[in-house]
Amino acid sequence: MSPTAALVHKDDGYNFAYLDEQTKRMIRRSLLKALSIPGYQVPFGGREMPLAYGWGTGGIQVTASVIGPDDVLKVIDQGADDTTNAVSIRRFFQTVCDVAVTESTAEATVVQTRHRVPETPLKEGQVLVYQVPQPEPLKKIEPRETETRKMHAYAEYGAMQVTLYEDVAHFGRIAKTYDYPAVINGRHLMSPSPIPKFDNPKMEMNPAIQLFGAGREKRIYAVPPYTSVRSLDFDDHPFEVQTWKGSCALCGSTTSYLDEVITDDRGSRMFVCSDTDFCNTRQAEAAAAKAAVDKVSGEEA
Amino acid sequence: MTLQSPTPMSSDGAALKPGFADPVFDAQAVFRAALVAIAYPGRAIPLDRTFAAPRPLSSATAALCLTLMDFETPAWLDRQTASGEASAWLRFHCGLPLIDDTSTARFAVGTDALNLPHLLEFHPGEIEYPDRSTTLVIQVKSFTDGPVTTWTGPGIKGSATIAIDGLPFWFWSDWDLNSELYPRGVDVIFTCGNALMGLPRTIKVEA
Repeated sequence: MSPTAALVHKDDGYNFAYLDEQTKRMIRRSLLKALSIPGYQVPFGGREMPLAYGWGTGGIQVTASVIGPDDVLKVIDQGADDTTNAVSIRRFFQTVCDVAVTESTAEATVVQTRHRVPETPLKEGQVLVYQVPQPEPLKKIEPRETETRKMHAYAEYGAMQVTLYEDVAHFGRIAKTYDYPAVINGRHLMSPSPIPKFDNPKMEMNPAIQLFGAGREKRIYAVPPYTSVRSLDFDDHPFEVQTWKGSCALCGSTTSYLDEVITDDRGSRMFVCSDTDFCNTRQAEAAAAKAAVDKVSGEEA
Repeated sequence: MTLQSPTPMSSDGAALKPGFADPVFDAQAVFRAALVAIAYPGRAIPLDRTFAAPRPLSSATAALCLTLMDFETPAWLDRQTASGEASAWLRFHCGLPLIDDTSTARFAVGTDALNLPHLLEFHPGEIEYPDRSTTLVIQVKSFTDGPVTTWTGPGIKGSATIAIDGLPFWFWSDWDLNSELYPRGVDVIFTCGNALMGLPRTIKVEA
């Protein structure tokens, strides 16, 4: 007898994790094939979810097919745990599978993300689920799927390289800053979803399992652990990530991705970490260290 | 009064073994193990629960079939699997269409690995749809007592040393040919006792 047989979740009008078992099986088969062909977009029978396309229906279906009663779920939207999209998706899973949730990247076993990779390095066994609006990296070059499918089939990616070269010719540099195309495992061109190009290097040789779900376009793809992810570039214009002159105004980090925040109507601004968990953890650590130093110096005095 | 007999019968009247005690959570746990097995090839991933499997399937093979297969996935069984109680069990619990043609199968289950057909006889997928290839579930004697092979590829940090016992002598040279089809090609999940080991098409193996 299964040890989890007695488990119930809050809203037992639905199956665990909302999707029916046949849908989960279909998505699970697609996920295994996606991991077997890194970067290749596997078509799947995307279901209508109780939220609008563009709000993470693909990511939710992937998470729902993967998640179990022992998982700890973290949901982020642009790095933040407390924005609308993150809060509503987290609440959705609390309702339909009564799963434990966290804001800590280190404690989470499944992380669903919209447009960021957490700053805290991921570990083996963790699953990172990306929400993808447009899975096809060649869409703006060639809108017909019959053609892009052939381009992927025969690794005809010259057109993408030309697009980047047009940037170099116009602006002297590659102007693309997010959704930066990358070649996975030396073969398939993949859209990393609209993460900043700052996050592209984190995908490479990552110990965690990275899954991508596009609900409207009905595609699933994946980057397995320890897989090469090469962002496209040129020998004389190598791939570079964004850098900032200052540091995070709250935690002082110089290594994280910073958001610009307008603080009044007279042009004042500050830069803060986009990853709220990373920033809060660093602030708490700094406060704890300061308290320890104060305590020691207080005892000496 | 019940019209149905409490235990389902196969066509020859023998009682069928049950499927998952808890279809939702058992399938989720087994799928997670399979996901980890395919993501980290070459590691033996044990299942955290055991199942009463019909002959000649092992616990892991039976659980994997219940987790992944249904009426949408035409499956091919090798002769030993088809002759046991497994074929009626699979048909009943998965609603599985069993077919004789290896080249159109979505899944293939082999419990008698030494007499498997060559890998190129299975569906390699299409060049524009490489995901349509056959997934082979091969039940082997051991993950540690066979001839030593070295695996490299996505999901393996550096390289992994695996010693699968009970594979036909041509298996690894067939695997090389399968790699040449990339991105087409078959994928394999080995099962042994209550553990899984993934071998996706991306993995290069030196025998």
